[in-house]
Amino acid sequence: MQSSAVTKRDMSFSQLRGEQTSQVAGAEQTPKIRIRNLDFFYGSFQGLKHINLDINEGMVTAFIGPSGCGKSTLLRTLNRMYDLYPGQRATGEILLNGRNVLDQGQDVNALRAKVGMVFQKPTPFPMSIYENIAFGVRLYESLSRADMDNRVEWALRKAALWDEVKGKLNQSGLSLSGGQQQRLCIARGVAVKPEVLLLDEPTSALDPISTAKVEELVHELKSEYTIAIVTHNMQQAARVSDYTAYMYLGELVEFGLTDEIFIKPKRKETEDYITGRFG
Amino acid sequence: MRAQRFQDALFHQTTRFFAFSVLAILAAILGSLLYGAWPAIKEFGFGFPFSAEWNPVTDKFGGLISVYGTLSTSVIALVVAIPVSFGIAVFLTELCPPVLRSPLGVAVELLAAVPSIIYGMWGLFVFAPLFADYVQPALSATLGNVPFVGALFQGPKNGIGVLSAGLILAVMVIPFIASVMRDVFEVVPGILKESAYGLGATTWEVVWNVVLPYTRVGVIGGVMLGLGRALGETMAVTFVIGNAHRISPSLYEAGNSIASTLANEFAEAASDLHVASLIALGLILFFVTFVVLALSKLLLMRLGRMEGEKT
Repeated sequence: MQSSAVTKRDMSFSQLRGEQTSQVAGAEQTPKIRIRNLDFFYGSFQGLKHINLDINEGMVTAFIGPSGCGKSTLLRTLNRMYDLYPGQRATGEILLNGRNVLDQGQDVNALRAKVGMVFQKPTPFPMSIYENIAFGVRLYESLSRADMDNRVEWALRKAALWDEVKGKLNQSGLSLSGGQQQRLCIARGVAVKPEVLLLDEPTSALDPISTAKVEELVHELKSEYTIAIVTHNMQQAARVSDYTAYMYLGELVEFGLTDEIFIKPKRKETEDYITGRFG
Repeated sequence: MRAQRFQDALFHQTTRFFAFSVLAILAAILGSLLYGAWPAIKEFGFGFPFSAEWNPVTDKFGGLISVYGTLSTSVIALVVAIPVSFGIAVFLTELCPPVLRSPLGVAVELLAAVPSIIYGMWGLFVFAPLFADYVQPALSATLGNVPFVGALFQGPKNGIGVLSAGLILAVMVIPFIASVMRDVFEVVPGILKESAYGLGATTWEVVWNVVLPYTRVGVIGGVMLGLGRALGETMAVTFVIGNAHRISPSLYEAGNSIASTLANEFAEAASDLHVASLIALGLILFFVTFVVLALSKLLLMRLGRMEGEKT
């Protein structure tokens, strides 16, 4: 059991180094998202340069790098959030389950239902805790009252929030503490049963205890979801992720197993950043 | 040091004086209205607002016709203006290409700057004939056959009346409501909208389920601003409402609002009772506005409780 896990990791790692190994049987090894030659532009400014990257299914991939290096931008291309803003465009390929999400024909709403996102700051909707969860579910499913109750409870349990809020589901989501609000947002994202969960610095506005809870959550969730997390906290990346990508000025500098990146990075720049000698 | 303290005290007193003078003016207006209306109140009692009689010859007066006219024109105005304003605000904040955003926004605001007399003239000379020729027959032929509401859309099709006044009012209040809505929609944090979009919501679902609840205080405030203008609007309404002292089930019939009655009759009021009755109408308008404001506050409190804001 233990050894097979190790080989799996090694396999994917060798793939990542660009050595084209043959596809290994079994769903877990297949990359959930393949990014190929991705360029991203804010008007005339190029925010991402030629990104090539695989995000593996059932794994946590962390994106680290200094502010403005394109981590969040990369995340926002994965669910085409940039579409909301005129002047922003992406070229290249992002293959989710083999389909290019950058295609004009892609239904962005359906895509976003499959690729959930949690933001830097908690963003509960101005409605009750229950409705915060049910809102997203209702967009794509029509459940009976009982099923919806179950779904809400299930999502809140997933986000380790159920015990804290079960008695006050009808209260406003805004009445919760910051950490609870963020877990509510995660529950909201989980409730629609996405395939991929994008976390954009999910703990940057939280205290250490709430942060620990969210990290624990990430750990729990990865068995069922593919997770990409942007973080400024190096320890966090080391703690929660299986793979780490170091980005700088819109380029992917190094990508590999988290253990490798943090213990013996191949690139000098990565090492400097991780050890705090950056700049 | 001493000078500074003196300056501070002076500043404090001055601002307080300004703030309290608002209260004083309000009280003075209320007092003078009550004083002026007293003969009518004494004569007709509290039945005054509910009596449909308005006869200067026999010196019998009641406010029902004018109150009905004021309320019905305002309701029509809001029924038309709220969805349109909402649409304008959503388009300007969510859908509009950036190049169009500011010219369109300015155009909406300019609409608010048009003097009401212009709306009145335009309403009487341009809007009313077109309305009579095209819209009224069409409405009669369609909505006029619907049970219950049908009677509202039957009657003389001359373009003048309660419905026309309501529609002119709608045009007048749209810029107020739309620009307030646009302003409050703009302050919704992008990240909040993004998280709704992130769940796969469409623009409509985001606006309706997230933006609107988030901004409801401001939106209701904007609607109340529009309603306040609609209730008190005088010139434009006087031009197109027809100025007839009768209540009819048809919205095509001529009617009267409080403000139009006051504008038409103050100069010609012969008897003291007539003048007092007109002032009493003013008092009622004052009261109606106050009630509307209070109701909107109540509504907001209710909404807050429904959402569970108070723990």
